[in-house]
Amino acid sequence: MDRALIPDGVQRDPLWKFILKLGPVVAVLIWGVVAMFLCWIKGLNQTNMNNYYGFALWIWADLAVIALGGGAFFTGFLRYLVGKDDLKYIINFAVLVGFICYSSALLILAIDIGQPLRGWFIFWHANVHSMLTEVAFCLSAYFGVLTIEYIPLVLENRQLDRVPFFHHLSHNMHGIMAVFAATGAFLSFFHQGSLGGVAGVLFGRPFAFREHVFIWPWTFFLFTWSAAAYGPSFTIMLLKITEKITNKRLVKDNVVQLLAKISGWMILTYIIAKIIDTWYWAAVTAPSKGFTLIDFYSNNAFYGLWILFLEIVVGGVIPAIILVSDKGRKNAKLLFLAVVLGVIGVSVNRWVMVLQVMAVPIMPFDQWALYLPSWQEVATTILPVAYGVILIALSHRYLPVWPQERELNPIDAPSAPEAAVAEDIDEAAEAAPDGDLAPAQA
Amino acid sequence: MFPFNFEWIWDMSHVVFMGGLWYALNIIGIGMTFCIIKAIYDTVKGKDDGHHAEH
Repeated sequence: MDRALIPDGVQRDPLWKFILKLGPVVAVLIWGVVAMFLCWIKGLNQTNMNNYYGFALWIWADLAVIALGGGAFFTGFLRYLVGKDDLKYIINFAVLVGFICYSSALLILAIDIGQPLRGWFIFWHANVHSMLTEVAFCLSAYFGVLTIEYIPLVLENRQLDRVPFFHHLSHNMHGIMAVFAATGAFLSFFHQGSLGGVAGVLFGRPFAFREHVFIWPWTFFLFTWSAAAYGPSFTIMLLKITEKITNKRLVKDNVVQLLAKISGWMILTYIIAKIIDTWYWAAVTAPSKGFTLIDFYSNNAFYGLWILFLEIVVGGVIPAIILVSDKGRKNAKLLFLAVVLGVIGVSVNRWVMVLQVMAVPIMPFDQWALYLPSWQEVATTILPVAYGVILIALSHRYLPVWPQERELNPIDAPSAPEAAVAEDIDEAAEAAPDGDLAPAQA
Repeated sequence: MFPFNFEWIWDMSHVVFMGGLWYALNIIGIGMTFCIIKAIYDTVKGKDDGHHAEH
């Protein structure tokens, strides 16, 4: 049964080995699910949030996975709207990663609202003056788009594809995928931006507040830009990890190089804009509110200037330099280092814009609010990682995610003429009397 | 939220926010409806569109 579901012409582990390997990941998943139900049944008192510190650890994870999942919309945009045809060999995986990231983001929000049964309130009783309403709208609608982009891949499973209706449905969805990709790019632009906008409009928190262009603070554009820049790096990072685990090459180098180059130039332009933004904020915006730069990075046990250095130099400038240089990109170790640093960089950016914003004291009598998450928060934050590993493993095993896999990993089988000769020899050997050699063997 | 809900106000915020949402949902809905109806039609007609393995 299992064999019949595996795509043609590829090799996969035996089922028992596959299940054994997934065992520890499933254990982590169960741990996260237990924590999730504790939050739903007993309430948000399971977290260490309080009236002063209203963002749990998972909100950082939420923003981070949304940024990292940006590889789906940007790769789709490049493939279907810009016409980078080579990316068709990696778009399936980018969609899968995006699907995992956005379903995780929605799951985290369902935990965060405490009463998921009232989740629909945001659509029905929408506060049309809130950027987070726009985020909720776009996030949900874009998850719909990602589901639509993922469905054809599921329908192309060897057995499902035999059902004529599924076959035609998948074919037709491919036919108008550009429409869905364009809708996805539109939705992503706004929700990525609005997540940044939420921080930038906090005029009561000078650490986050930024200057505006019309109604949009700079953070609006920086968040969209960073998601488009670092998302493809995350896709490449996961691709390389998957290749390492499966011990196979899954995508050709020229495709990876193209995506890495685009990601590199996006990161470079983003990080220049980010440096200008940071300089202007430190030199003009924060002082106008009565703060100096060092106020945000001193008098506490954790947040120092190191975090600014980590985000901008280690997680921005270095990966950008590696990825835009031809030699850097073509060196497998440097490429992997660059995409890992990029992922760290954008994750630190989201950490800073969510958790450090809440920690910095505002009033002269305030203290730094350093925050330690509860185990339930940690478990529910790790939950999406386990879920993602399982979904990638299942998709890798049963769905044709990698169009180039067969070409890159040919299965060693005797060619047709050789097989025929071998068969003849066997038959002749059987026909010959004991002790005699068959003609071909002689 | 729809214009017939008691909370609705005919102002720019409601029109832009809710208009944007319904616009996106309509594109997704119409797109999927088209694909499903065409798939039913193709199945009934027994159309052969060959093999496809990539987006």
